[in-house]
Amino acid sequence: MGKEEKRDLILTLLLFAVLMWGVSLAGRYLNTYLIRILNTACIYVVAAVAYNLINGITGQFSLGPNGFMAIGGYTVAILMLPLVQKQQVYFLQPLIWPFNSFSFPSSLFILALFLGGVAAALAALLIGIPTLRLRGDYLAIATFGFGEIINVLANNFIPLTNGALGIKGIPEYTNLWWTVNWAFWSVFMIKGLANSSFGRALKAIRENEVAAEAMGVNLFRHKLLSFVLSGFFAGVAGGLFVTLISTVSPSLFTFTMTFNLLIIIVLGGLGSITGSVITAFIFAFLQEILRVVEAPITIGAWTFPGIPGMRMVVFSVLLVVMMIFYRQGLFGNKEISWQLIIDWIRGRNESGK
Amino acid sequence: MKVENKEPLLSLEDLTIAFGGLVAVSDFSLQLFPGDLVGLIGPNGAGKTTVFNLITGQYRPTKGRIIFQGKDITGFSPDVVTTVGIARTFQNIRLFGNLTVLENVLVSFHVRLQSSFLAPMFSLPSYWREERAIREEAYELLKAVGLADATKEEAQSLPYGEQRRLEIARALATHPSLLLLDEPAAGMNPQETQELMRFIQKIRDDFNLSIFLIEHDMKVVMGICERIAVMDFGMKIAEGTPEEIRNNPRVIEAYLGVEN
Amino acid sequence: MNGVSLGSLYALLAIGYTLVYGILGFINFAHGDVFMLGAYFSFFMIGVFLLPWWLGVIIGVALCAIVGMSIERVAYRPLRNAPRISALITAVGVSFFIENLGLVTVGARPKGFPRPELMKNVYILAGARIQGVTFWVPIISILVLLVLLYLVYRTKMGMAMRAVSKDMETTRLMGVDVDRIILYTFALGSALAGIGGVLWACKYPQINPLMGTFPGWKAFTAAVVGGIGNVVGAMIGGFIIGLVEIMIVAFFPGLSGYRDAFVFSILIIFLLVKPSGILGESLKEKV
Repeated sequence: MGKEEKRDLILTLLLFAVLMWGVSLAGRYLNTYLIRILNTACIYVVAAVAYNLINGITGQFSLGPNGFMAIGGYTVAILMLPLVQKQQVYFLQPLIWPFNSFSFPSSLFILALFLGGVAAALAALLIGIPTLRLRGDYLAIATFGFGEIINVLANNFIPLTNGALGIKGIPEYTNLWWTVNWAFWSVFMIKGLANSSFGRALKAIRENEVAAEAMGVNLFRHKLLSFVLSGFFAGVAGGLFVTLISTVSPSLFTFTMTFNLLIIIVLGGLGSITGSVITAFIFAFLQEILRVVEAPITIGAWTFPGIPGMRMVVFSVLLVVMMIFYRQGLFGNKEISWQLIIDWIRGRNESGK
Repeated sequence: MKVENKEPLLSLEDLTIAFGGLVAVSDFSLQLFPGDLVGLIGPNGAGKTTVFNLITGQYRPTKGRIIFQGKDITGFSPDVVTTVGIARTFQNIRLFGNLTVLENVLVSFHVRLQSSFLAPMFSLPSYWREERAIREEAYELLKAVGLADATKEEAQSLPYGEQRRLEIARALATHPSLLLLDEPAAGMNPQETQELMRFIQKIRDDFNLSIFLIEHDMKVVMGICERIAVMDFGMKIAEGTPEEIRNNPRVIEAYLGVEN
Repeated sequence: MNGVSLGSLYALLAIGYTLVYGILGFINFAHGDVFMLGAYFSFFMIGVFLLPWWLGVIIGVALCAIVGMSIERVAYRPLRNAPRISALITAVGVSFFIENLGLVTVGARPKGFPRPELMKNVYILAGARIQGVTFWVPIISILVLLVLLYLVYRTKMGMAMRAVSKDMETTRLMGVDVDRIILYTFALGSALAGIGGVLWACKYPQINPLMGTFPGWKAFTAAVVGGIGNVVGAMIGGFIIGLVEIMIVAFFPGLSGYRDAFVFSILIIFLLVKPSGILGESLKEKV
């Protein structure tokens, strides 16, 4: 490894140490509300970075990440739900074998998350093989269709998913340790991929498919790789989410979830991992801030009635306005690298002299 | 300087392709030998780029064969054709606009990468060693084409002439034995064209290539091509040295005054 | 009969998708929501402004046309030269905007749509009691479709529309005001969607702001099945999808919850296997 790469790795690990130290303090000094928002933000980071991999970096427009999150979420829920709960929750039709006969202990949470990701990745493999041959908007529609089909399955395949009632009582294993770690390592891995030869191949596919193929890049295999990896991390994000809020239901992973991820990656910049991390946090906080607007506000003697649904109106206007005026988002397809930060610090030092 | 080899590098046998009812290329046959510098000319719409697309696998011929280095590569997909040793540039420049000059060239090295995708995800040292090696080689290539100063520039921000050179560098990075150039002199002024002509001959010698090029600029064709094939309406109507072609009545008729 | 009825509604909606795709080459994600607006605008005209039914509907449909044109003008025209995906994302945004604006203004609780006397009457035909709505809806829809066919194939505007969808640049060079044609196309498609929305509300009188999403997607499937870009294809596709949906519910009542999944599966299969649909043509990228 060269000097620069070693330096970058050390800086990254230092950042990780700082983050872990921050997490250990958070439990003591932050209120639960803020922690809940941070958890949500980190989960959004995992999902958004995965989504940006297929949409922004590879340029293959998928509108179905909600489906992969659902698969991950349900997998983790079914694996982790205690046997007692399984009896109670699945009262319409009992949970199918073999899932009704075992349940993961807390020590296997990481395995459950991993399996959730694998399940989603397998689904991505099955879905990707036929659909990745499609062009632009047709690919978007086909992946949207699969996302909807998964939603219908979740609503109707009662022996597995308990249908529209969903599953309650999932043990709440997710906390800041889990979410921050997953957020950090997903970004680390996906950024690592994006900056590598594979990332260049994926970007080449985005920029000019015909030329990429002429330079030796196997289009189908690389699109599939990107799609499957994206599915894996989306599944993990889904699994983290259901163990955060302790329930799962089909209404959690509707197209609205895809819409949220879409806003995040467009605002951050399609193709910019750094951008998605930042806008994931912005989005999580905005969601909460706007939720305040939706509830009734009392100022002095006046009560202003809340406007439910205003959040989505604001977000949809934001998306449309951005697409018209500011399509490249905050970061375009650029990244912040350690080198840039070092140069910037040096630049400031020199001008200060 | 050039060794006359009995074994052709590339052999096109009766290539034919029809799109719907329209026959774009009909019974096109040609042989290229190692070290050749051959030109393909003809009026617009004669089917020249279609022949290139057939060779590189973008299209599959309805009839005929393509034999490269003794192997039948007919119907191979473009990425496989590249690994076999044929590289190309495009009539309308197809660079990876948002990538840097260096990254554009680095893409061509990807196909020979040994590491799996997991290696860079976990930042394994074995991956970084490979990355270093290909960066060095890519940089050397850019030096050879005179773009060493522009490595960090965005490809789409380069002036036109440099973009064409970048496209050639990118093609060279795939380690080809045969290089197909599709109208490399398009849009160039006379001085740039002169430089290009010297450049093409230089890379043919430096990189041990055979070069097959499509061109409309007759200065280039007559200036550097050792052999020329002429197409009209999808068929080869003549083949020979520049002298022979210049005086061929069928060729003159095909062009009918579209000449300098 | 039910299938024909449903199918004709899908056909009305499908034409909007196919017209826009034929001319601009992109999928108007928000089209299904215009359908919803048709029902709501008419609802308000009749209920709030107390207009007679037919007048309320006409104004409601006209408002739909205006909304359609505004969307094109404000959200899609600036992206005319942008990559298709940008337009698609914007359309998604517009769709969410309309749906949520609806949720915010009128609430999620379904409202009852006023049916005209004509539809409510019960007729006795061959021993079976049939509501007026069951055959007035397809009859009206088919009449509207015939009017549309006339407009597209027999008027100058229609010819201009077809010219633009074949080759926008050349049509523009021939002096045709392409922007106006596009506006007209959106107006036409949206008006049809509006009519479809009103008729749908006559058939299923509970209207809510999200009522347009699934019919929208089924209509899009119909447009693809028939051949996207082809108006007659959209009509045929509409009837096919309508009949298929009714048959699935009739023959497999246990699977009725899955019927949306079936329609999406049909969509995906067609996109994969025969994207040009039954009547359409396919395109290839030039190298």
